[in-house]
Amino acid sequence: MSLLEVRNLVVAFGDKRVVDDVSFDLAAGSRLGIIGESGSGKTLTTLAVMGLLPDTATVSGSIRFEGEELLTRNDSQMSALRGNRMGMVFQEPLTSLNPLMRVGKQIAMPLKIHQGTPIKEGLKIALRLCETVGLPDPDRIVHSYPHQLSGGQRQRIGLAIALACDPVLLIADEPTTALDVTVQKEVLKLMNELVSSRGSSLIFVSHDLPVIASMTESVLVMNTGKVVEHADVRNLFAAPQHDYSRKLIATAKHSDDLFTSFRDGTR
Amino acid sequence: MKVNRTLIMGLGLVGFTLVLAILSFVWTPYDPLAMDTELSLSKPSAEHLLGTDVFGRDVLSNIIVGARSTLTVAFFAVLISMTLGILVGVGTAVAPKWAQTPAVFGIDIVLALPSVLFAIVLAAVYGPSTMTATIAIGVALSAAVGQVTRRETNAVLQADYVMAATSSGAGKGRIVRRHVLPNIRASLFVQASGAIAVAILAESTLSYLGLGTLPPTPSWGRMLAESQQYLIVDPILALWPGLVIVIAVLGFNLTGDGLREALDPTLRRSDS
Repeated sequence: MSLLEVRNLVVAFGDKRVVDDVSFDLAAGSRLGIIGESGSGKTLTTLAVMGLLPDTATVSGSIRFEGEELLTRNDSQMSALRGNRMGMVFQEPLTSLNPLMRVGKQIAMPLKIHQGTPIKEGLKIALRLCETVGLPDPDRIVHSYPHQLSGGQRQRIGLAIALACDPVLLIADEPTTALDVTVQKEVLKLMNELVSSRGSSLIFVSHDLPVIASMTESVLVMNTGKVVEHADVRNLFAAPQHDYSRKLIATAKHSDDLFTSFRDGTR
Repeated sequence: MKVNRTLIMGLGLVGFTLVLAILSFVWTPYDPLAMDTELSLSKPSAEHLLGTDVFGRDVLSNIIVGARSTLTVAFFAVLISMTLGILVGVGTAVAPKWAQTPAVFGIDIVLALPSVLFAIVLAAVYGPSTMTATIAIGVALSAAVGQVTRRETNAVLQADYVMAATSSGAGKGRIVRRHVLPNIRASLFVQASGAIAVAILAESTLSYLGLGTLPPTPSWGRMLAESQQYLIVDPILALWPGLVIVIAVLGFNLTGDGLREALDPTLRRSDS
């Protein structure tokens, strides 16, 4: 049985279908990338899985998680899953942390919500989680406010929060887009290691093909709300079926060629 | 840490007003109600430091006792307005869509109602008293507090960190307690201190109209109103109540600004 089964998912705002008939499966322990440009519906697809769509959106279709339908669940039933069985890492590490709460407490919060861990105990676990996500000097970090940390550190905190309750599904929505290239690499590597060691499933959303390729096994290519191609990463690169996929690959290759030509001094 | 001059100055002025109010319980130079028509409108002197009013009552004693009623009304009015305002503001922001429109409509109606008019209505029903004035000012100010609180709450609810907290499993109650209230706290303090300032002025207005603190209980507002009749003969008489009102209002405003600075960790220069 798949961990997550999405069938004919439609998300609409009024008459406008922003996610149009999306279906995919995610087996336990596997990794799926969703790629597409801004407005292609990739983020809304993941928000639909998390049950985080705004009230103004109408959703139809089916999302089954661990065999249970999510779309018929109410908000408090979804809250019991969120941060517990499924965790999410956001794009903007600064704005996705509460500016007035010390980060240690923010890491301890999901533990308190789902496992009833007192904040004091939670802070100790937060220390360990900070070490796990490779933050130096965790003692200082847990007592810091978000604005006192660097972008990479904040994103590691975001990861620690998402992983606090050891979710079976981790959703990362462009988690490295806001970071420097070097920091981006480190965070991706860390995420790779953590997902592997914990055996979690991963949905990784990005508009960056090389990043997706380094993180996932299969890829969902989305364009204007529709899935235009769903393929294994290797197959997608070797034999893209859809025009839009070909364009994506061509762009990635172009920047790669550019890099090579600069490096080799042929340009 | 940087010395927060605004806060120190604000607290100093507020402290001065508080000291007057507390002092009034233990000591005043004269009985504030004792009249002596011989001394009517006498200039400041060694016996009467701030002079006397038209009935020969000691102005300093009246200022000291007046602090008590002014601050009491202002404090309770703000307590009412903040409690109501926060409940209504946060409540309407997190309420389901269908409940929001009538609630906002209600806020607008109260907002459109002048506090003086409201006080007149209350006074007509319950008779003029310090309590009616307090309630009238409190309710009237609550609409403005509610409106700003609602707007601030909505802004916080749209922040990424609220979405992130929701994705960690936080429910509405926790979002309000842990994320909304702390993040609008600074604005609430500024509103409260601003509201105290407005309440002090409103109390003065209502007392002037005979709808607030009743004579002979001393009140800064009424002292100001009474002195107005003798402005040509004895202009300095209006100075004293005016001055203490300015001190109190300025003190609370500065305290609000200073608190906002002190409470926002992103505004602090060095960390804790």
